Amino acid sequence: MADNLEPTPQPADAIGAAVAPPRRSEWRRFARVFFGRKLYLIGFIIVVIIILTAIFAPLIAPYDPLVTDLYATKQGPSSEHWLGTDQIGRDVLSRIIYGTQISLIIGFSAVFASAIVGMLLGLVAAHFGGWVFAVIMRIMDALMALPGIILVLLIAGLAGGGIGVVIFALGFGAIPGQCRMMCGLALSVKQNDYVLAGRAMGMSNWRIMLTQIFPNAFPPLMVGITMGIGGVVLGEAGLSFLGIGVMPPTPSWGGMVNDGQRYLLQNPLLSIAPGIAIMLLVFGFNMVGDGIRDAVDPKLRGVL
Amino acid sequence: MEAPQNNVLLEVKNLKMYFPITRGLLRKKVGDVKAVDDISFEIKKHETLGLVGESGCGKTTTGRCILRVYNPTSGDIIFNGKDISTLSERRLKEHRRNMGAIFQDPFGSLNPRHSAGGIVSDPLKVHQMAAGKEMNDKVAELFNLVGLDPGMMDRVPHEFSGGQRQRIGVARALACSPSLIICDEPISALDVSIQAQIINLLEELQEKLGLTYLFIAHDLAMVQHISDRVAVMYLGRIMELTGTDELYENPLHPYTKALLSAIPIPDPIAERTRTRIVLKGEVPSPINPPSGCHFHPRCQIAIEDCKVTRPPLRDVGNGHFVACIRV
Repeated sequence: MADNLEPTPQPADAIGAAVAPPRRSEWRRFARVFFGRKLYLIGFIIVVIIILTAIFAPLIAPYDPLVTDLYATKQGPSSEHWLGTDQIGRDVLSRIIYGTQISLIIGFSAVFASAIVGMLLGLVAAHFGGWVFAVIMRIMDALMALPGIILVLLIAGLAGGGIGVVIFALGFGAIPGQCRMMCGLALSVKQNDYVLAGRAMGMSNWRIMLTQIFPNAFPPLMVGITMGIGGVVLGEAGLSFLGIGVMPPTPSWGGMVNDGQRYLLQNPLLSIAPGIAIMLLVFGFNMVGDGIRDAVDPKLRGVL
Repeated sequence: MEAPQNNVLLEVKNLKMYFPITRGLLRKKVGDVKAVDDISFEIKKHETLGLVGESGCGKTTTGRCILRVYNPTSGDIIFNGKDISTLSERRLKEHRRNMGAIFQDPFGSLNPRHSAGGIVSDPLKVHQMAAGKEMNDKVAELFNLVGLDPGMMDRVPHEFSGGQRQRIGVARALACSPSLIICDEPISALDVSIQAQIINLLEELQEKLGLTYLFIAHDLAMVQHISDRVAVMYLGRIMELTGTDELYENPLHPYTKALLSAIPIPDPIAERTRTRIVLKGEVPSPINPPSGCHFHPRCQIAIEDCKVTRPPLRDVGNGHFVACIRV
């Protein structure tokens, strides 16, 4: 009996094994779709440049972004100040470069914090179902029913400005979206027999959620997270523009647009330059998000 | 409770699994889906009990109740002499180790993001039965046991064929050296040629490891081949339960007769003279099953009394159980 147990690999299976592609191809396919399209590639390059700018801001920036020069205010572009100076003589280019740091810190922290909390809640709601699902999702519905900007204004207004408050306010506003997405995906992943197998072998709820459901629900969420960064940066700009975001001397793109709007007729670049920076960042992250979506979408396999 | 007989591994007593139907905002209960409606049977050590029936008759639900993926509405599930039907998840864990499960869909039952080796080692990790090098050796051993190359441990499920995936599923079920394996339609989703391979593998493993199977299927020929005894289910109830040969040669219940008459005979002359019992109508809904015997609206020999009394599953001799008052 044991003897004919060993040579059981059958011809049909053996052929399947020979044809089976190596595991690396998954990544290669991802890269091919992702980098194969110019728009996604441009978005990716923009994002890389922005991140590098933020990291190496002190090396790149020609001036200290906080130093004022009252003899050279509201200057136009020149060889000394490529993008001119603002109303108290600070170099606009340097402020935009340092502003990248603030934007990215806020963008990443708010999105990751909201993603962790939102996805956890979504997973728990989907996995346990019943009243747990009802309670979590009704709370999320209630939060969603409040217009996002009002919720954020409320938090930021009550707690005052500052980076931490902005991150909290924007992150909090993004939780319901993340939770809903995770919940929907987890509910569909949960239907698979491998989740059933996990329960039958006695896996704990947390183990099932984190090792069985989460890895299969996460890839599509990557898109939401990436695009969320663009959205949060935009939100921060909006808050700073309204004057309740990042506090003044710290360079923030939204704040710069706000500062510049009073001198729009004298030196439009004061508002336009940081505006373009915001636009590029949002565009870059959205394109990367789109690229990830197309690259992980199994339905687009073969098409792209 | 009577003392458990030594050769009985699993005893199911009056098992009921009702799924409530709720409606409206307040989740008011408006009815039940009686997926499993009071069934009893036992499985002896080292035997294979086939469980057959149409789609929706409750055979999969029965398997899942035994695995305690579902919490039964009522009834006892006595496994190794201990009632596990109401144990808490914590107390259940030590019993879960002794049960394995093989699922129908070889594509859906393996986590696509984990490696084959990782999937097979999951039960070992959950029950902390091995770690590190020891676990790796154990997994390799399991791969060999089910006829897979241990060199393929690092591959992910989509790199395997359907038959190979089902072998991974079998290896996972065997990981903790269980005594009972619930095979939930393990071959229905496979090609015919692969079906035979998996059936042979299951038979070899049973002989080698002394396993006990609950084999859920709708393919009567396969069930006849692998089972020692067969239970026929219809609409949540067991209609007939007896030894395989007895069932196929001497079916007593009108439903079993109708089912068996639907098997084509691979002999043209015999096939031409084969009489088919064609059942009228559809399977009624388990939400609102017929009164008395569930089968009476479609039964050819039903009498008035069949509409009133539920026929008990009674022994008509030689361990042949049948739930019909007309037999």
